[in-house]
Amino acid sequence: MSQYKLDYLDLLEAESIHIMREVAGQFERPALLFSGGKDSITLVQLALKAFKPGKIPFPLVHIDTGHNFPEAIKYRDEVVERTGAKLIVRNVADTIKAKGLKEQTGKFASRNALQSYTLLDTIEEFGFDACIGGARRDEEKARAKERIFSVRDEFGAWDPKRQRPELWNLYNGKIAKGENVRVFPISNWVELDVWNYIKREQIELPSIYFTHEREVLVHGEYLVAVSPFIRIDEGDIIETRHVRYRTVGDMTCTAAVESTASTIDDIVAEIHKTNISERGETRIDDQISEAAMEDRKKNGYF
Amino acid sequence: MDLLRFITAGSVDDGKSTLIGRLLYDTDSIKVDQLETILKQSKNKSEGEIDLALFTDGLRAEREQGITIDVAYKYFNTEKRKFIIADAPGHTQYTRNMVTGASNSDLIIILVDARQGVIEQTRRHSIIASLLAIPHVVVTVNKMDMVHYSEAVYNDIVLDYMKMAEQLNIKDVTFIPISALNGDNIVKPSANTPWYEGETLLNLLETIDIANDINLTDPRFAVQYVIRPQSDDLHDYRGYAGKVVSGVYKKGDLVTVLPEGIDSEIEAVEINGEEVDIAFAPQSAVIRLKHDIDVNRGNVIATQANMPRVSQEVEAMLCWMDNKPLTPGNKYLIQVHGKTVRCVVKEINYKLDVNTLVKHDNIQQAGLNDIVNVTIKTATPIVFDSYESLRANGGAILIDETAFTTVAGCMLQ
Repeated sequence: MSQYKLDYLDLLEAESIHIMREVAGQFERPALLFSGGKDSITLVQLALKAFKPGKIPFPLVHIDTGHNFPEAIKYRDEVVERTGAKLIVRNVADTIKAKGLKEQTGKFASRNALQSYTLLDTIEEFGFDACIGGARRDEEKARAKERIFSVRDEFGAWDPKRQRPELWNLYNGKIAKGENVRVFPISNWVELDVWNYIKREQIELPSIYFTHEREVLVHGEYLVAVSPFIRIDEGDIIETRHVRYRTVGDMTCTAAVESTASTIDDIVAEIHKTNISERGETRIDDQISEAAMEDRKKNGYF
Repeated sequence: MDLLRFITAGSVDDGKSTLIGRLLYDTDSIKVDQLETILKQSKNKSEGEIDLALFTDGLRAEREQGITIDVAYKYFNTEKRKFIIADAPGHTQYTRNMVTGASNSDLIIILVDARQGVIEQTRRHSIIASLLAIPHVVVTVNKMDMVHYSEAVYNDIVLDYMKMAEQLNIKDVTFIPISALNGDNIVKPSANTPWYEGETLLNLLETIDIANDINLTDPRFAVQYVIRPQSDDLHDYRGYAGKVVSGVYKKGDLVTVLPEGIDSEIEAVEINGEEVDIAFAPQSAVIRLKHDIDVNRGNVIATQANMPRVSQEVEAMLCWMDNKPLTPGNKYLIQVHGKTVRCVVKEINYKLDVNTLVKHDNIQQAGLNDIVNVTIKTATPIVFDSYESLRANGGAILIDETAFTTVAGCMLQ
């Protein structure tokens, strides 16, 4: 019977590919939200495998806050080049200007919450009925209760009470006009699964995931990259450290971790040893309140 | 390393949250920052003592509105296995949540309070486990510390449960005396129960054989999407992307495309764009056929020697999940794998009392959390097996035609 045995990564991959194909089969105009982070990179790999020898039958969409790591943008363009996928970029800065939105102020002011406006506009502009995202249930407790097919109203709002029960592997993607579905194919993966998969599939990553020297602002436990997007005050401690990124978000709200890990093996070993969660260690925006993620999701965040 | 999905059944009072918290905590699956948040909230506790139940704490929306979201998922792993826990709230009225969580589970942990023994709730959870055909049942007799780790109390509960299980067609049952609060027999064998010679709960979860739960004898392939690159080098390529629901597929298999019943032969089986010798459940694969026939999403490719049922009328055990009641004559959409067709629920044959197994006739309506046996007529034929004989191909959902909500889970018969 051993020839029929699948490894846990095979099982996770099979489930995620099944979900990708459900999206392509059930929706008219799906899109894949791509940030250049490891989770959305994993999504691209799964989408490639799901539709071979055909191309990915939906575009990649990048909601660009303007506060990206240049390395992530470079990587994004390389992926598009390599896979022949269609890329759509929409800028948060344009939404801010057009809608007269008020930006956050303060030390680590972030456009993270404003991204939702641009995302909703983009969904409307292209008539997307499904957006595939790289959220995982292990990240955060609001995400632990998220469905794989998450129905959103025309404001993109997540209503925990309206969630549809999800049984077996049957995903109900029926929606009314104006609604859309957020789909999370790697819901059941944890951080280490993603890394082990990247290692197994030998997927290239943006260079900032590996150790490099960087000028950082030392803010309590957080190391924040010095960039034009953060305010430096008198008395701030600026140091050059060996760091890498455990997660890649905006330069304004993603903290680096001290590390000398230069290969994926090093990174996997490091994550095995760490006793701090991914979001706890790196996401300044989640530390504001216990329900920060829950609130963002209700406002259309993915 | 493989993967085990399990569900825990019990209420907060049975120590279910504490048990999950204990499993996560004792396998080092909780990070320091998450622990700090919990410590801050662990009120009424002496210094340094953690309220393990808080690890499964709900959302603000749930606290404010007094609602409970159907299922929350928790993850942990050991060297041997990755585990996915479906944590379904265990209140009396939440049959719906348990059915949802149970649908994907390989195993169920049923919590019994040692002081109370087998009660109505235990029976309800076991009936649902049996209806959903969860392959493995583990009965944890919790709060053994409250009964002085008494072997006699434990043995009585085991006997009581076995008596009940006989009626329910539950096959694989294991019993473990535990204290989730103190960690007895969860990860480490307990010195408090020298009379218990079985495994710890974690050891059982790590080693229980689940490979044989997957059906590899009845080939069913559900087509999800047709791949047609239409590029210069792949001009005539037509690949049927889908899931091997059960069984094994290989080149040369004589197959029939259902429900139409058109025969063909497998030209190639592909995974990741490359031809493979076999594809088997639960792999995602692509099948190419020798003949140029019309195959679409919703079709099932079966082997000619082993066919599923194709019918426009089916009986089903159904768990009703909507606030709006089910009335015979109502029309819905039924979804079976990639196929969604209109249907009408012709008749409610009986309602099953999930506490007593009694069947009630003359039922005019089914409400939220009711389990009923119905006759469904579909607009066009659907392809399925009886849930009892082939779990992977016997599940379906009903969808409201205008609100598009999922209103029922069906075990087809």
